[in-house]
Amino acid sequence: MATVDYPLEKSRRQREFSLSEALYSWVATVDHKRLGLMYMTSAIIFFLIAGVMAMVIRAQLIVPENHVVGPQTFNRLFTMHGTTMVFLVGMPIIAGMSNYLIPLMIGARDMAFPRLNAFGYWIFLFGGILLYFSYLGANGLFGAGSAPDVGWFAYAPLTERAFSRGTSTDYWILGILVSGIGSIVSAINVIATTLSMRCKGMKLSRMPLFVWVMVVDAWMVILALPPLTAGQVMLLFDRYLGANFFNTQAGGSAVLWQHFFWIFGHPEVYILIFPAFATVSEVVPVFSRKPIFGRQAMVGAVVAIGFISFGVWAHHMFAVGMAPISNIFFATASFLVAVPTGVKIFNWLATIWGGKIRFATPMLFCVAFIFQFLIAGLTGVMLAVTPFDWQLTDSYFVVAHFHYTLTGSFLFGVFAAIYYWFPKATGKMLSETIGKWHFWLLVIGFHLTFDPQHILGILGMPRRVYTYAPGRGWEPWNMISSIGAAIQAIAIICFAWNVIRALIKGERAGDDPWDAWTLEWTTTSPPPEYNYETDPEVRSSRPLWDLKHPEDPDWKYE
Amino acid sequence: MASSATQPVETEWRLPDRGTVGIISLILTEISLFSIFVIAYLFYIGKSLTGPFPKDVLEFPVLATICLLSSSGTIVFAEHALKHRKMAMFKMWWAVTIVLGLVFLYETGVEWHDLIYDKHLTIATNVFGSTFYSLVGLHATHVIVGMTFLLIVFIVTMRGFPIHTQIRRVTFLSWYWHFVDAVWVVVFTVVYIVGR
Ligand SMILES: [Cu+2]
Repeated sequence: MATVDYPLEKSRRQREFSLSEALYSWVATVDHKRLGLMYMTSAIIFFLIAGVMAMVIRAQLIVPENHVVGPQTFNRLFTMHGTTMVFLVGMPIIAGMSNYLIPLMIGARDMAFPRLNAFGYWIFLFGGILLYFSYLGANGLFGAGSAPDVGWFAYAPLTERAFSRGTSTDYWILGILVSGIGSIVSAINVIATTLSMRCKGMKLSRMPLFVWVMVVDAWMVILALPPLTAGQVMLLFDRYLGANFFNTQAGGSAVLWQHFFWIFGHPEVYILIFPAFATVSEVVPVFSRKPIFGRQAMVGAVVAIGFISFGVWAHHMFAVGMAPISNIFFATASFLVAVPTGVKIFNWLATIWGGKIRFATPMLFCVAFIFQFLIAGLTGVMLAVTPFDWQLTDSYFVVAHFHYTLTGSFLFGVFAAIYYWFPKATGKMLSETIGKWHFWLLVIGFHLTFDPQHILGILGMPRRVYTYAPGRGWEPWNMISSIGAAIQAIAIICFAWNVIRALIKGERAGDDPWDAWTLEWTTTSPPPEYNYETDPEVRSSRPLWDLKHPEDPDWKYE
Repeated sequence: MASSATQPVETEWRLPDRGTVGIISLILTEISLFSIFVIAYLFYIGKSLTGPFPKDVLEFPVLATICLLSSSGTIVFAEHALKHRKMAMFKMWWAVTIVLGLVFLYETGVEWHDLIYDKHLTIATNVFGSTFYSLVGLHATHVIVGMTFLLIVFIVTMRGFPIHTQIRRVTFLSWYWHFVDAVWVVVFTVVYIVGR
């Protein structure tokens, strides 16, 4: 923290080398904070790209029989939009938030394996670039295809050699497989860091809920990602060695791909929502000026969700024609998830209840998260009812449901996290005024976009169609939905402006702008490379409260 | 803050070793990967539309199995010798482990050559071929990876590197080797007993 006085000559020399040195220092870094920021920045760039794709999709669907893009391009757009949002936005945000915050929150100097951490980032980025290179490179020898167009879950046998010529599907397989290695590596690192690097006194019972949720998330990543990798390897064997895993003409099973994909895919949606859980569990108490309600129950609920989420995957496959007993099993298991999820929502509300609430931007995003996540959960329970799913599967109702979880919940949680921890990471405050514009425009845009899509689904509009005929009552809802998407785009522009403005001339944040209670707010903003001058010691789950209130510390009651 | 008001922090503060946690997590994620290939194998038993079928072409890989399983024992002997700084014993048992692993790989090679050239079973022949080569091949890949690390340890030791300073890492490698062995027990049961 003390500034070092360089001799004049040295400082001039430093300025000369600064650009290449700065670049080198970022490329060669193994510092968890820098890697965390690199993950977040990459994720935001991919988010903007996939967001533009969504805009084109909504522009195409704004009126019936529209001609903004053709069917081929449309297929590529929704495939790349979904794939990008899940694997190149969601996953690196998990890695980014864990990387940046976990060592600070548990009072560690760095992650357990810093070099492995850097490897994870670069291999993820390589996978992402490989996927996008398909736009240029996938024409290949066969002259067919550009970007992948098989949907984000790439159902067999559509992905087999016979139906997917050219190399676009291979870019999908390899890009995801490679970036998945990055996710697994980073998850192993998170587990080892939380179990082995905690500062003195940071018992599991005192560990911040954020860290708890993220470590359960990491467990889910290491167990749920390999099934996808295995399925992708089999698909590659099918495509390049003539194997018959998903080749129905030689006794292979296309349904098996669906099983393998969703054994990964269902836990994946919880993997994606967990960073939002983690953030809300930290932000809501601080902005309600109350400790979290039912801490143990929150931990228990997160662990329970982690377990149950591995036993519900086939609720994505009710329409495939499984045995009735399977349908009943997976429907029942899916209802079960609602119980721990309900516990979490109840406890967040109970934390807010009777609190001295400050509606700063992070808190606004959290409150919207709670309500939108509740609705996402309710439509989820509806879709878990097998006959209901038979009626509405593959319709816009499903699109609306999972965008409620991924946009209305995950994205809102991530924005809460960015508004909350941006001051720590940069030392600058984001503007509250622009933040509120961002928030309200996003809320309005989100609901205008996705609320009507429930109705579209009930009216029978299938997902993934590139256009539709007039006269089925779909026009007004599609129109509203597309207008909402444009409003969301304006909200995102507000966010970008807010970030750029804050980086240039943001108000200085100080160490602890929110009067928070976890360890990361004791160090400077941004934290020095070594995080803490002396190793912190912790006596309760709110170490900073203890420091601020020596007369009434938490540990007296724990 | 008055020291009398401060509750003493735990004097004893021990956490699990990060390498241990890391290697266990790695093994768990590998188990998840293998499970899917095993499930695929079990799912496709009896689903091949054309021959050759497992009962026609598969023979028990007796020698390979004996070699691989006993290499789990010899690596423990080697570790034990290393902990007691008996370097000659360590080198000997380590070399035996490597030889046993190499015999396993050689036997697998012979089996595959026989299957491909004499019995005309390739990965493309039927679903049995697809699942057989991918499951056994995935396992063999892990043996090769383990073998590479075993060889690295052996070579640096022979060139005079003080390997006893790296007991932790040697232990992790031996855990990985045990894991590869345990997977073989599953693969053997599924492919050569259940699958026939
Ligand atoms: Cu699901």
